[in-house]
Amino acid sequence: MNKEALYIVSKIKIAEILLIGCSAGGFSIIYDLVLNFPENFPLPVLIVIHRSRKYKSLIEEQLNLNSKLKVKMAEDKEQIKKGIVYFAPPDYHLLVEEGGSLSLDYSEPVLFCRPAIDATFQSAADVYKEKVIAVLLSGANEDGAEGIAYVSELNGLTVVQDPDFAEMRTMPQAAIEKANVDLILNNLQITELMNEINQVKNLLE
Amino acid sequence: MLTAKLISLEQVEEIIGLVAKVYGFDFSGYSRASIKRRIVRIMLMKQVTVFELKSQIINDSGFFEEFLQEITVNVTEMFRDPGFFKALREKVLPYLSTYPRIKVWNAGCSTGEELYSFAILLAEENLYDRSFLYGTDINPLVLETAKRGIYDLKKMKQNSENYIASGSIRSLANYYVAHYDAVSINSSLKKNTLFSMHNLVTDGVFNEFQIISCRNVLIYFTVELQERVLNLFYESLCPLGFLCLGSKEFLRNEELARKFRVIDKIENIYQKIE
Ligand SMILES: C[S@@+](CC[C@H](N)C(=O)[O-])C[C@H]1O[C@@H](n2cnc3c(N)ncnc32)[C@H](O)[C@@H]1O
Repeated sequence: MNKEALYIVSKIKIAEILLIGCSAGGFSIIYDLVLNFPENFPLPVLIVIHRSRKYKSLIEEQLNLNSKLKVKMAEDKEQIKKGIVYFAPPDYHLLVEEGGSLSLDYSEPVLFCRPAIDATFQSAADVYKEKVIAVLLSGANEDGAEGIAYVSELNGLTVVQDPDFAEMRTMPQAAIEKANVDLILNNLQITELMNEINQVKNLLE
Repeated sequence: MLTAKLISLEQVEEIIGLVAKVYGFDFSGYSRASIKRRIVRIMLMKQVTVFELKSQIINDSGFFEEFLQEITVNVTEMFRDPGFFKALREKVLPYLSTYPRIKVWNAGCSTGEELYSFAILLAEENLYDRSFLYGTDINPLVLETAKRGIYDLKKMKQNSENYIASGSIRSLANYYVAHYDAVSINSSLKKNTLFSMHNLVTDGVFNEFQIISCRNVLIYFTVELQERVLNLFYESLCPLGFLCLGSKEFLRNEELARKFRVIDKIENIYQKIE
């Protein structure tokens, strides 16, 4: 069930961080979203994608060249800043610490995933509480569902890609079953939500 | 049930305080998000609430021993980050080939895979007989495994792949014997090694080293604790000794960085120069 617009706007108003998680089938929408962010996008963005450590991936470099925001791989103990899109490095969990810094963690994979979307979403929710907007996209396993449910529990805004539009439906489907998700959106609507975040927050400034 | 709900960050703080008060182990310099994940894991394993966790820590030293074993992240591999070992072989070991003694300190060695990887490289460069390798960790259980040098056969596939990727032309199987589902590291690689407890938070300098390798340990520490530990390493290195950090760990502090020269920027290998 999609919640009413006023409620969504009130969540956007207080938000301080945007989290995005995806796995198989979600890369192209990640590209689109990151390239669509305007220069003054009002929130820092943390992105967790599942990728193999075996192949050096150039996602950050490529996106950084073409995006209006700075795009980089997250570093241990760096302070989270708006205007930057941080990607979880392959093979490490990306965690959010009190005071809004990042840390990396090499503990066991979660559901065979490292980085795990759950780990990032949970730790971000612990620190930012209701000021989180979490978006979960396409994927072939159930990572992210716990994370979305915890964000929802702490009253953050939860957004899940409509499984009918996702290339792999397992991940969004699992989240919808586990959590009382605020918004279930198709790709176009997700882009529109990003634009709305931008407008609402920048109007407030 | 949501696992992250089992304990709040405030309660994590209480546990850290309790452990310091009752047992003198100081985890206040550890990254909280990571500690919380470990405590949640323990609570799930032991099926306990926060209240029960606290009372068991206070009243049951056997339970605390297990707690201590689980609170640290011990995941490791042989030749983890093959590029690092390649750099070690090409840029560090040739430099040490003229040294009469090579003392290596592997701090946070976990179950020993990293230390035995060092041992293999030293052996391949004909330096092993002149070398001595100290492996230290805060966790007594992993040190027992390290001493034994016996590992699960299933892990050897990944280890071998890493070894090959590090630029070796041999087979890792030269260095262990397999029996059933376990492998045992050759005793010739064990003879110049010593594993013992050392807590990087509270213990000090105990020897002078040509190489210190502390990889994937500092990421669990706050910036302040990282700096303190890096200073301990500085103090423990001989002039022109080498410091090896994990692939996500580097000398951030400028004052400290000035005392080192960068040997490999990607693999985070440094040499003490002043
Ligand atoms: C992830 S393992 C790293 C193993 C290996 N160095 C590697 O890179 O694969 C981290 C190790 O650091 C140890 N450790 C954590 N805190 C420590 C401390 N205060 N003093 C010494 N060792 C510590 C843990 O017990 C664990 O074995």
